[in-house]
Amino acid sequence: MSQRVSPLEPVHRALGASFTDFGGWEMPVRYGSDLAEHQAVRERAGIFDISHMAEFAVGGLDAGAFLDYALAGKVSTLPLSKAKYSMILAADGGILDDLIVYKNHPAEFLVVANAGNRDVVAAALAERAAGFDVHVTDRTDEIALIAVQGPRALEILESTEGLHADELLAMGHTLESLPYYACMGMLYEGAAILVARTGYTGEDGFELYVDRRDAVNLWNALTAAGEAFGLAPAGLAARDTLRLEAGMPLYGHELGTGILPVQAGLGRIVPLATKGDFVGRAGIEAGPAEGARVLVGLAAEGRRAARAGYAVFAEGAAADAEPVGEVTSGALSPTLGHPIAMAFVAPESAEPGTALELDVRGTRIPAHVVALPFYSRAK
Amino acid sequence: MTQHPTDIRPETDLPTDNRKATDMTVPADRQYTTDHEWVLVEGDIATVGITDFAQDALGDVVFVELPAVGATLAAGEQVGEVESTKSVGELFAPIDGEVVEINDAVVEQPELVNSDPYGAGWLVKVRFAALPEGLLDPAAYEATLS
Repeated sequence: MSQRVSPLEPVHRALGASFTDFGGWEMPVRYGSDLAEHQAVRERAGIFDISHMAEFAVGGLDAGAFLDYALAGKVSTLPLSKAKYSMILAADGGILDDLIVYKNHPAEFLVVANAGNRDVVAAALAERAAGFDVHVTDRTDEIALIAVQGPRALEILESTEGLHADELLAMGHTLESLPYYACMGMLYEGAAILVARTGYTGEDGFELYVDRRDAVNLWNALTAAGEAFGLAPAGLAARDTLRLEAGMPLYGHELGTGILPVQAGLGRIVPLATKGDFVGRAGIEAGPAEGARVLVGLAAEGRRAARAGYAVFAEGAAADAEPVGEVTSGALSPTLGHPIAMAFVAPESAEPGTALELDVRGTRIPAHVVALPFYSRAK
Repeated sequence: MTQHPTDIRPETDLPTDNRKATDMTVPADRQYTTDHEWVLVEGDIATVGITDFAQDALGDVVFVELPAVGATLAAGEQVGEVESTKSVGELFAPIDGEVVEINDAVVEQPELVNSDPYGAGWLVKVRFAALPEGLLDPAAYEATLS
């Protein structure tokens, strides 16, 4: 299968990006130094092309009721302009994907899924739509998605040429007053775009859903405005270390079909008491098996990071001991300067402060359990 | 050196680079391995490092592990690691010999591997008796990059 390409691909090439295959898309992994890109987002701002993300428009008389049935969250009561982090579950409660749902229109929702799960989510939504007056439209190929993240993001959007507030589209918001996990419509060169205060970096920031034909012009306008604020283009490598420091899960690592939301510390996204029937209810009610592993944060000293798949052992465990867990994501934290990791470990090893050992390619590295996130921005 | 991508996303593979092979620096004064290491011979001492291509593919290097001074190396065995934020590269001994010096500066400042892979980013100096067969001249190494 040929790779999908973002409408911003020529821009990335001109910037000298390295590319990687990502969920079937050829996307920028870094432009120069991923450490510098990471730091730019923490201290100033970074601009990301995340057009690989999948978007589904869900409309129809039963759209709210349908999403309450198809997804893990209570979506029907979402007020206009608000967003919700949610999941789509298998019948056994395992996670098919994590999602953001926007109530971006009085009669419509926008469901945003991971690129690698686009087909799975599309199939599940189509199958679950039976009996509902609802229409689900995959708009991934029409929509480009640009994220501007970092403490200077607001100033950059406010000074972007051609980007204007529009009272009819704004749903009562201004850029400055837009709350976290809310969205508003704006005009860019006369075309309607959706601007959301969401992100995957642990910083303040915005995600801009724009018609793919306008993507290059919007990117250029944002980067022109961003020059005065130190805005840097940032790739998927920086995006991954940023989200890891912020304790945000990544599908395929911290989330997957064999994992219940509660194991990943996300039981709160399934409001059993206020929801009726939904796909996954029986599995959620049954809960995880006795002794099922739970997600924790781990911190270590030195500079050697544990990576996904590395075994976690109890402190002082013999070489032939059974591991108590497995790392799902790990890196030398660029902001904190020491190795961090997320791992699924046995419940008895999950208390903050518990001393553990990480098997880094044959060498045991001492680590201890810490509360997530590793990093929170100063408010 | 052989690179093991530690993933960015499950679907992710090694970065493919936009820079053409002809953009990569390949100095004429030394020899190369197919593992993207270089060997610079002066008398019976060989200085070893990784190539511009290798450092570019790795991304920002944040950790370097080198063999101890005095260690005996056998060509082809893994003797160290060069780790970036996203990947782990294994360092293989390109020749048989004894480590006579390691680059302490690169252990302290791993970013030297990125900024000056053929100079200040050198890794180890090895005293050797004979060079192995199979080292590549600059043209042959450059040909492997395209």
